[in-house]
Amino acid sequence: MIEIIVETIQQVIVVKPAGEIDASSAAVVQQKVLPLSVPGCKIILDMSGVAYMSSAGLRMLLSVYRQISGNKGRIVLVGLSEELKDTMSMTGFLDFFTVHDLLEAGLQSFS
Amino acid sequence: MERIDIYPTHTYKEFKMRPGRPYPFGATPVPGGINFSVFSRHADYCVLVLFEKGQSKPFAEIPYRGMFTRPETGEPFWGDFRIGNVFSMVVFDLNYEDIEYGFRMGAAFPKSERGKPGYHRFDPGPILLDPYAKAIGGREIWGQMPDWNNVYAYRSRIVYDDFDWESDRPLEIPTEDLVVYEMHVRGFTRQRDSGVKHPGTFAGLREKIPYLKELGVNCIELMPIYEFDEFEGSHNHPETGELLVNYWGYSTVGFFAPKAGYAATGKARDGTMVADELMTLVKELHKNGIEVMLDVVFNHTAEGNEYGPTISFRGIDNVTYYMLTPEGYYFNFSGTGNTLNCNNPVVRGMVLDCLRYWASEYHIDGFRFDLAAILGRDQSGAPMSNPPLLEALAYDPVLAKCKLIAEAWDAGGLYQVGTFPAFGRWAEWNGKYRDTLRRWIKGDGGLAGELAQRLQGSPDLYASRGPTASINFVTCHDGFTLADLVAYNGKHNEANGENNNDGANDNNSWNCGWEGPTDDAEINALRHRQMKNAFALLMVSQGVPMMLMGDELGQTQHGNNNSYCHDTELSWLNWGLLHKNQDLFRFFKNCVAFRKAHPVFRNRWHLRNQDYVGSGYADISWHGVQAWNADWSESSRLVAFMLCGKHARGGTVEDNTIYVVTNAHWGGYEVELPGLPDGKQWHVFANTGANYPEDVWEPGAEPVLSDQSHLFVGARSVVILVGK
Repeated sequence: MIEIIVETIQQVIVVKPAGEIDASSAAVVQQKVLPLSVPGCKIILDMSGVAYMSSAGLRMLLSVYRQISGNKGRIVLVGLSEELKDTMSMTGFLDFFTVHDLLEAGLQSFS
Repeated sequence: MERIDIYPTHTYKEFKMRPGRPYPFGATPVPGGINFSVFSRHADYCVLVLFEKGQSKPFAEIPYRGMFTRPETGEPFWGDFRIGNVFSMVVFDLNYEDIEYGFRMGAAFPKSERGKPGYHRFDPGPILLDPYAKAIGGREIWGQMPDWNNVYAYRSRIVYDDFDWESDRPLEIPTEDLVVYEMHVRGFTRQRDSGVKHPGTFAGLREKIPYLKELGVNCIELMPIYEFDEFEGSHNHPETGELLVNYWGYSTVGFFAPKAGYAATGKARDGTMVADELMTLVKELHKNGIEVMLDVVFNHTAEGNEYGPTISFRGIDNVTYYMLTPEGYYFNFSGTGNTLNCNNPVVRGMVLDCLRYWASEYHIDGFRFDLAAILGRDQSGAPMSNPPLLEALAYDPVLAKCKLIAEAWDAGGLYQVGTFPAFGRWAEWNGKYRDTLRRWIKGDGGLAGELAQRLQGSPDLYASRGPTASINFVTCHDGFTLADLVAYNGKHNEANGENNNDGANDNNSWNCGWEGPTDDAEINALRHRQMKNAFALLMVSQGVPMMLMGDELGQTQHGNNNSYCHDTELSWLNWGLLHKNQDLFRFFKNCVAFRKAHPVFRNRWHLRNQDYVGSGYADISWHGVQAWNADWSESSRLVAFMLCGKHARGGTVEDNTIYVVTNAHWGGYEVELPGLPDGKQWHVFANTGANYPEDVWEPGAEPVLSDQSHLFVGARSVVILVGK
């Protein structure tokens, strides 16, 4: 099971899933994030609580990215473990995203 | 609108299903479930076997025929999920990421005993890999010792086929413009000095794209990357104890699945992720102007002969998939135990499906067919004049722009270099180019005439097909590396554990005076010169040049000319040589750039040996020690030619005039140069007889030659001049 915390910090919506994102939990994360995708939205996905993402998880991220950038919003990923960052890089998903190690840096990138 | 076929019509135990679609074969995610479709002409029954990923026992075995119940009423009824010879059903509510699947098949034929001849080899015991599996589990971490007692060793997995290619498509570089680099995915970056984060993988290769760009190649040909088992036939060397494995991978387990052990993401046991990694590599190579060609092995499978394991085809429909003798033994035209029955219409369909899949889903730019002569044999093994498979591939709509390259011989004695049924499409690995170049360089006599053919794209072999039918090479994975070609007279394959009996004996190599490594500076200098001679001639030949990974660094296999079983430093590219042999790398790099800068080397059609644009010079003219007077005699070891720049690409573009002289003699010569039109001067691009750094120049920065009428060509040297 995946738990998702959503909070707003400095007008940025921070979504923090905790758990593994695979074919079944990816849909849960997506359902949580998509309603937040409104025109001009600023969203941070804090991945520090995610230990593993399957290919379905990677796809969910890209589809969320497409949705948000289609709405002229912005999404930033923070807190990716080295392993996740590697996986995203090797599978070509990393190139789409703005990535910061720390939440603070992610927040700053919006200001 | 929601589909109306997403509701189950049958239940079996706790599983829900409905009749599936025969096409496409394999496992395909559909709304609500997965469509499992598999062909067998002779099986009476088929059972779908489902595992949770990596589990030792299946969680379900669902028959394609039998008693089912109606979902609404629970009423039992008879069902049969089969159309024609295709078993197909949709199973609902499966998580495609978490399952592995296989089949059991059976028929009422007498069972053929292991090791005995037989036509049908149905056996309800083994769980069978789907021939159309898009991903295969079981060997996803290279070299990790398998569980030999696994009830299902190679497991079909499902790939979600929605990779985001953005605007990428195959590059369609004209064939005549290719410079091909034959390489081994693992061997390229496995060595510690490679400096990549993920050595030996697709991801590691991607990290080295800048190196390939610097070298200048625009096509990489990957040795087999279809799933194979590195442990197939693995054994310890009788004397050294070294574990010998199937490193090269010329033994396919599944034709639709990339080798998971080549993916850094393989350890995640996620078939889609492995596909993503390979696709990302292809996409990135394309972004950098580099095509990807696959070396594909359709002549046999990993199931071996009567004694081999039952993995897939053998248990699904032995007589369809394999060529059998009238007694029921496996024909062995491949030299590896069995022969895929490629001209059976169903198997032909599978080969087509497979290549279309790789071209459309992985954006692969071309294919090189291992032992392709087999693809032209009929079901009894006899060569055909008009082989339907080769014709179908040549005219296929999806493959229409793919390069198709044949290794135009097989292990059954069929040798078709120059005569491979081409249908206007097929190119060939030109084994005669390799042999002639090697013999010429080492100084054999009687070759001047033949060399002239090879340098021109072998019009004697490919008169109507043009030079692009000729894949020119001096070395490839099979045989000596270039450095070993000039350091060994004979093969040294003791490390293969077969008493040096394996590997080719006709290497046409010359050790330059000492067998193996030496401190003799003169011998080492000669060896470097000979390597440069070979590569320079390759780069100025009409046709398509192919080089072997590592030759640009002077890679050695210590005289081993058949390193198929060594997953060690013997085979891995030694990145430390980049520093040691920088003169070689620089020479190679500049030669590639020179070829790419001059369209006069890259003609689509054969040279005519005449002036057809009115430039005053023939498109190619031949010279010797005296200009305009070539020596074609038996004793001739010096040949020179001049390419007229106004005839480049059939006279459609203008290039510089190029003069090349190759002296394979052990003495030097003063040669007379042909005159250039007024205002033009000869400049030196390369002179292998000169010492570094004057052996080669950057294209465009060639210094003018001080004496415009005569040139000294050193012993065993190649000089390339550009007139501008």
